[in-house]
Amino acid sequence: MDIYTRRKAINFFNLSVAAGTTLFGLFFLAWLLWVLFQQGFSHFDWNLLTLDTPGPGDEIGGLRNAIVGSLMLTGVGVLIGAPIGLLAGTYLAEFGRYAWLSHPVRFINDVLLSAPSIVIGVFVYEIMVIPMGGFSGWSGAVALSIIVIPVVVRTTEDMMRLIPDSMREAAAALGAPQWKVVTSVILKAARSGVMTGILLAIARIAGETAPLLFTALNNQFFTLNMDEPMGNLPVMIFNFAMGPYDNWHDLAWAGSLLITLTVLTLNILTRFLLRPKK
Amino acid sequence: MTLTNTMSLNPFSETRARPDITLNMDRTIGGTDTTASTPRPIGGAEIKNPKIEVKGLNFYYGKFQALHDIQIQIPERQVTAFIGPSGCGKSTLLRAFNRIYDLYPGQRASGEILLDGRNILERDEDINKLRAKVGMVFQKPTPFPMSIYDNIAFGVRLYERLSRRDMDERIEWALKKAALWDEVKDILKQSGKALSGGQQQRLCIARTIAVKPEVVLLDEPASALDPISTLKIEELISELKDSYTIAIVTHNMQQAARVSDYTAFMYLGKMIEFNDTQTLFVNPESKQTEDYITGRFG
Repeated sequence: MDIYTRRKAINFFNLSVAAGTTLFGLFFLAWLLWVLFQQGFSHFDWNLLTLDTPGPGDEIGGLRNAIVGSLMLTGVGVLIGAPIGLLAGTYLAEFGRYAWLSHPVRFINDVLLSAPSIVIGVFVYEIMVIPMGGFSGWSGAVALSIIVIPVVVRTTEDMMRLIPDSMREAAAALGAPQWKVVTSVILKAARSGVMTGILLAIARIAGETAPLLFTALNNQFFTLNMDEPMGNLPVMIFNFAMGPYDNWHDLAWAGSLLITLTVLTLNILTRFLLRPKK
Repeated sequence: MTLTNTMSLNPFSETRARPDITLNMDRTIGGTDTTASTPRPIGGAEIKNPKIEVKGLNFYYGKFQALHDIQIQIPERQVTAFIGPSGCGKSTLLRAFNRIYDLYPGQRASGEILLDGRNILERDEDINKLRAKVGMVFQKPTPFPMSIYDNIAFGVRLYERLSRRDMDERIEWALKKAALWDEVKDILKQSGKALSGGQQQRLCIARTIAVKPEVVLLDEPASALDPISTLKIEELISELKDSYTIAIVTHNMQQAARVSDYTAFMYLGKMIEFNDTQTLFVNPESKQTEDYITGRFG
């Protein structure tokens, strides 16, 4: 076998292995989606949106309280976490670029990024739930925001750093002070990337269960009061999947499919935002 | 006569986009015109009306010293070109004139750069105001991620509050000055990034002159452009010098010869020779200058 044939053979082998492993991964993803659709889709109906979760023995029920709770917890979590993450990321990428402080901040942020979410749940339990004397929507939102922050910090910094220094120089050369350079030029240039970071953070917390177990807990009833325990999809799935009733199982499947579809949509949306222009 | 006169016979607005534009391409250095006001090379250079005066300038990138004891006077409303091989410090010198190096820690300058007699290297210099007065166009076109209109309005809004109407006028004026108006007047709301490279660079020039600076620094403004765009930029430069003091860094010696009134040759961080462009190219005093302009090194 000459060197060329040999190289082609090795190339073929490696490509096949790479393609094989890709298919292997995709297979499980497809399987998961298939099972979710099969089990969950048949239970998508109006009741899902209009009725609250059924108690033991209740014949019919929906997921209204859990869906609304999840939306509120996620929304408030992002509202708390995203601005902090944005500002911190901007600091790391722009103002604190050469500051000694940015190295420890970046390091701690990386640690936070990979912190097990249950630890964050326990932490918020300790600092909020116990002092406030009970589970609440607020503590759930705070726990989620702690997950949002490092994701947003990281993507914001990365996306702003992708903007070449020549852009900063060009704006500064017109006599623009740094805050103006950052807000009017850099942030604009990095806008879609920064938005993507926030969407990814939403996708990340949409299915988080552990931090909510200790904080928002769950609520069988509909509530908009964030001082009370709050229903939410992940904990609902956790409870109902382990429960003894068939209609609970069905709702758990429907909830799972709902979360998955949401995350899938968010991911597609980020793809769309980040697509190369023209 | 001088290069300057040759070019003012070809007002940019007239020749733009006409076939006879090529006439300007073979501007050569000719004649032996050396007037009495010709400045002598550094050491005794005499510029009657220096806009910028550099005295004993040293520049450091961290521990590395990039400029050594630079002396030069940049005449008002003339084009001064800086030439020299890569790494000779010509861009570094230019970047000291608006203190753009201040963006980076570890870069520092010592000595004096007098702008209208005021040392801009002083600590209390208001850098943003300085940069509004000393504009800069970079090698690569850098349109901001906004509309053509806003690209220009951005700098203007920093220091002036104009009515909508005045702003429109200012933008038209700047775009006309930069010879871009006819090409973009109907697409002012479109993104500046959608323009071609040459148009983008003219947009950057329009943006720079829109804030009405006194000095315009050009850091190899045409090196990323095709010959036609380069030509347009060069014509623009000669147009602009009636109103602005221009300093241009270029790798291209022909370009320096074509557009400048004065030329400085730098080598290894030192100012080797500075003279009016004709003398420097036709009759250089320094051996190094001669070797460089005749292509023996660099």
